[in-house]
Amino acid sequence: MYSTTEIVKQSTAEGEMVINIGPQHPATHGVLHFVITLNGETIKKVEPHLGYIHRSIEKMCESLSYRQFVYVTSRMDYLSSHINNHACCLVTEQALQIELPARALVIRVLMDELTRLASHMLWWASMAMDIGALTPFFHAFREREMITDIFEDTCGTRLTMNYMVPGGVLMDLHPDFQKKVHAFINQFKTKLPEYDELVTDNIIFQNRTKGIGYLSRESAISYGCTGPVARASGVSCDVRKHFPYAIYDKLDFKEIIDTGCDSWARYKVRMQEMRQSLHIIEQLIDNIPEGDFQAKTKAVLKPPKGEFYSKVETARGELGVYIVSEGATTPYRIKFRSPGFSNLSALEHMAVGGKIGDFVAVMGSIDLVIPDIDR
Amino acid sequence: MTKEELKITLTGLLPAATFEESGQWLNVKVSSSEWFNSAGLLRNQNTLQFDFLFCETCVDWKTRLTMVYFLRSTVLGHELVVKVDLDRDNPEIESVASIWRTAEFNEREVYEMFGVKFLNHPDLRLLILPDGWEGRNPLRKDFEDPVNMVKL
Repeated sequence: MYSTTEIVKQSTAEGEMVINIGPQHPATHGVLHFVITLNGETIKKVEPHLGYIHRSIEKMCESLSYRQFVYVTSRMDYLSSHINNHACCLVTEQALQIELPARALVIRVLMDELTRLASHMLWWASMAMDIGALTPFFHAFREREMITDIFEDTCGTRLTMNYMVPGGVLMDLHPDFQKKVHAFINQFKTKLPEYDELVTDNIIFQNRTKGIGYLSRESAISYGCTGPVARASGVSCDVRKHFPYAIYDKLDFKEIIDTGCDSWARYKVRMQEMRQSLHIIEQLIDNIPEGDFQAKTKAVLKPPKGEFYSKVETARGELGVYIVSEGATTPYRIKFRSPGFSNLSALEHMAVGGKIGDFVAVMGSIDLVIPDIDR
Repeated sequence: MTKEELKITLTGLLPAATFEESGQWLNVKVSSSEWFNSAGLLRNQNTLQFDFLFCETCVDWKTRLTMVYFLRSTVLGHELVVKVDLDRDNPEIESVASIWRTAEFNEREVYEMFGVKFLNHPDLRLLILPDGWEGRNPLRKDFEDPVNMVKL
């Protein structure tokens, strides 16, 4: 992070120019600051300056109990809050060896996939907006609104849900849950082809995303990229397939892999992932088992001494939670391996050598959520 | 490779390393002077191929600092945790940014949060914290900030 006086820097090299994108720029979707060195229109260097919304969540968690720290993580990647909560609950359950009732597992997967859909919709809307199409935003928000309504019914909130707790979920599903999800599935199924018509098949959009932001398979692995960014470079890395949690090993869905390595490939991967998420929801929505939604747990959770790590697939990639426990009621050390942080580190590699006009199209395809990067 | 097979392979490669198996993964402890060479072996040895550093962090144990590296092989599918103990008063370790590119950002974060100095790092400066925070390391256990920190 730079202090304000240094936001505009003068470059000394001949023919080079420095421009600042952000910290407040519509295309960064949050407070992220890039200092870009240009030669003509060609990008020579990209330097991300982070930390504008750093809250030191890791330090904060050291003084919160194993029930409390879950709530803070909704504020990391606010578009995947259910999935963040899921990761934190998994690590506590793993440490205390808590068995979950079947109903809780199904509810968790349903919520995760709805979250993934909502997140991908927002990404689709904002990526199209970054490139210059404003209409898709309203289309995507129409469907996303249905999901947030479903969340509001059951969890009471629309963005930072805090619905998953160690041992299961906080409360039972709303009586209208199944009805509303069915309504959403029907609506979304008819609208998804419309999304394709509007943006995917649009020749202007294709020309602006094809062949830019190249990230080879080797680089994607070396930079620690995960999620759709890595899968669009041909890396098979879906945590749901490789290290299944909850009931993902019993479900039928495909891991989407593309070998295009460019912004267009990343776009296609997410569009296909939405269909897979929809497929998962369809398998589960009529088969929610009856029974408890929460396992019986002690009021105060005290994991044994040791180190625990759990990982889940958020909408942006692999989220890892690493806990060092000293046998106390609060974690001794906690580390969040956030997907956005690693994906962002590959941005310079993707953008250098390209044109400044394409930068936003590259950045949009990574799907950055800034609080997830800064933590 | 399973934990046991990994242990046998690694014992041959890194004779000075010590092992611990209690957790989820096999934990290997190497000394900071050996770390860079060991990292190269782990990355390039055909039977290991740890090409993906998926997490890198540090733990402050009040008497020492421990660097923790989480490695995975995208080819062979196995995982490993490597730990390196550092002197708390003068923590120094070789950077592995030349082996795994993701280490560049992660090491900058560890540098500002724990004060670990990474030797031969391409660009070691603050990443998240604002200018002027050098020398004050928020994630160390003895860090105090009466202005910004709310104690719970």
